[in-house]
Amino acid sequence: MSSSTGSAVEKRAPAAAAPRERARSAYPRYVAGKLAGAAVSLFAVLVTSFFLFRLIPGDPVKFMTGGRPVSAEQLAVYKEEFGLDLPLWEQFTDYCVKALSGDLGTSYQFHAPVVDKITEALPNTLLLTGTAFVLYTALGAFLGTRSAWRHGGLGDRLNTGLALTLYSIPSFWLGLLLIIVLSVGVDPIPGLFPTGGMESGREEGLAHVLDVAHHLVLPVVTLVAVEYGQTLLVTRSALLDEMGSDYLTTARAKGLRDDLVRRRHAVPNALLPTVTLVFVNLGRTVAGVILVETVFSWPGLGGLFYQALSVPDLPLVQGLFFVFAAAVILMNTLADLLYPMLDPRVGR
Amino acid sequence: MSTETTETTESTSGPPAKSGAPGPRALARRRRRASVARFWKEYRKHRAGVVGLATLVLFVLVALTAPLTVGSDVDSVTDAPGQPLESPSGRFPLGTDQFGRSLLGLLIWGSRVSLLVGLLAAVLSVLIGALIGITAGHFRGWYATVMMRITDWFLVMPTLVLAIVLATVLSRSLGTIVLAIGVTTWPTTARLVRAQTLAVESRPYIERARALGGGHWHIMSRHVLPNVMPLILAQTTLIISSAILAEATLAFLGLGDPAVVSWGGLLQDAREAGSVSSGDWWYLVPPGIGIAVVALAFTLCGRAVEAVLNPRLGVSR
Repeated sequence: MSSSTGSAVEKRAPAAAAPRERARSAYPRYVAGKLAGAAVSLFAVLVTSFFLFRLIPGDPVKFMTGGRPVSAEQLAVYKEEFGLDLPLWEQFTDYCVKALSGDLGTSYQFHAPVVDKITEALPNTLLLTGTAFVLYTALGAFLGTRSAWRHGGLGDRLNTGLALTLYSIPSFWLGLLLIIVLSVGVDPIPGLFPTGGMESGREEGLAHVLDVAHHLVLPVVTLVAVEYGQTLLVTRSALLDEMGSDYLTTARAKGLRDDLVRRRHAVPNALLPTVTLVFVNLGRTVAGVILVETVFSWPGLGGLFYQALSVPDLPLVQGLFFVFAAAVILMNTLADLLYPMLDPRVGR
Repeated sequence: MSTETTETTESTSGPPAKSGAPGPRALARRRRRASVARFWKEYRKHRAGVVGLATLVLFVLVALTAPLTVGSDVDSVTDAPGQPLESPSGRFPLGTDQFGRSLLGLLIWGSRVSLLVGLLAAVLSVLIGALIGITAGHFRGWYATVMMRITDWFLVMPTLVLAIVLATVLSRSLGTIVLAIGVTTWPTTARLVRAQTLAVESRPYIERARALGGGHWHIMSRHVLPNVMPLILAQTTLIISSAILAEATLAFLGLGDPAVVSWGGLLQDAREAGSVSSGDWWYLVPPGIGIAVVALAFTLCGRAVEAVLNPRLGVSR
């Protein structure tokens, strides 16, 4: 088997060398273009997050003070503190300069810099989303591959049906149900998992890790359940597109086992479109955890966003909006940069 | 993709055809009817799509007849018929909420808002998407570049976060929710419609229409629109399902109109009433099932429509 694949590679090699050469020389320009695009997008987010919060009907200061009676001096102090007495464009340049130097303002409710609140919550969100991301990507890709390989069969229909159903379920609802059944406990089942939060006590070392993992189970299960369907469907349809290809027939004709044809020939090609989705998902998941974190009181960015919304604590909402959007842009750019390395046909 | 439209893009308002040879309008009507029939014949082969459609018809009927079955005073807090938080019983099949209102009644009444908002938001989203897609595909040059830049930029924004922020800064009303969902979900439609527009406009008959003196409006409305209409239809169905989910999400986060009952709002009420810690599953389960079933039904319909119109996509092979 190995000899036959080897000769195929040799035969293809001279033809493939020239375009690869060209691809390498074009790559820096491609990277520069993508990075410039990302920078423009980030700036656009900055602009939006500034003007979006000027959409609020009425006086922002009144909005901030929540309609409480405020004296004229206090109003003036507020206005000066938040720079609202300056002309709009000056406020904007001010905002941009501050944002670029890492100052996103001060939270109304915590009386702390927005950046501090965000950096405090970020690791918790990354822990939750990272774990869920790895699991749902693996699960989706695995089930999607199986599903496509035996498409039309009972397993495929069950798989797609389940994925579509879970995809239609609101994540927060699934989370609440899991809490009722597995945390609060329905008669025969005792409460197996904590209802929320990230840690129960001040344990040290291994006990602490286990405690956090225990808290992590339900939020991760919720995220995986609602997210894996998309990966499954994309992997499945990508693989289905590959399945008709001649090179698979060739591989089969030269006597490869079905399993090898799938693993060595079809899947690597089919996974390419999935890679883009994987990165887009990673960016989106950071924003998508808002509900799961809210339901499970997970002390991450999503939970913080919900707290900020209920006040509403505008600088914090604004800052988090920027972070969420930046996460998506960052991941998309990363996908764009990695893609030509995985698929030499792209980015020339 | 078929060149006939399956949707009535214009109402046939002309004079009825005289007896004898059918007039052009009658012919067009006949052709349209035939293509609808052909569409339906293909659609029926997708069992999941038929199940989805049947489910939707059922839900829409329940929602439309709600004023007769449960009455519009079902959400009144002052003269609620039962005790707070009763378990399901013969009188209240799904129990009562913290005000003693019948949850079955609220569930049925809430379906109206959930369906309506989902529908309106999807229509708004698809309208924006189709408009930008068709014009960006038709007018090339700087206009298309600018429009596609804007589209790309919206595409990378986290939709839900943007919708939440919009709903936060605008006043609390159903209109805001529709707007927030509509203006954040259109970019995919715009991209798809633009691609299809470019494909259509490269065909020779568009050149012929232009040579015969057809203006921009004529070409876009009479030649491009009928061709992208099937795509728009499929896209609408798929977006409704995500719009319903988005509405539930916004309502659950407390950004909905507090004066109306919706499924997402019911879930928020349930959570605030402490039904999670007290294990009152009957309060939480039905609205979620409602959301999931309707969203799933729209997705199934959308996939079936997509598969009929574009068999190469092969979603349900």
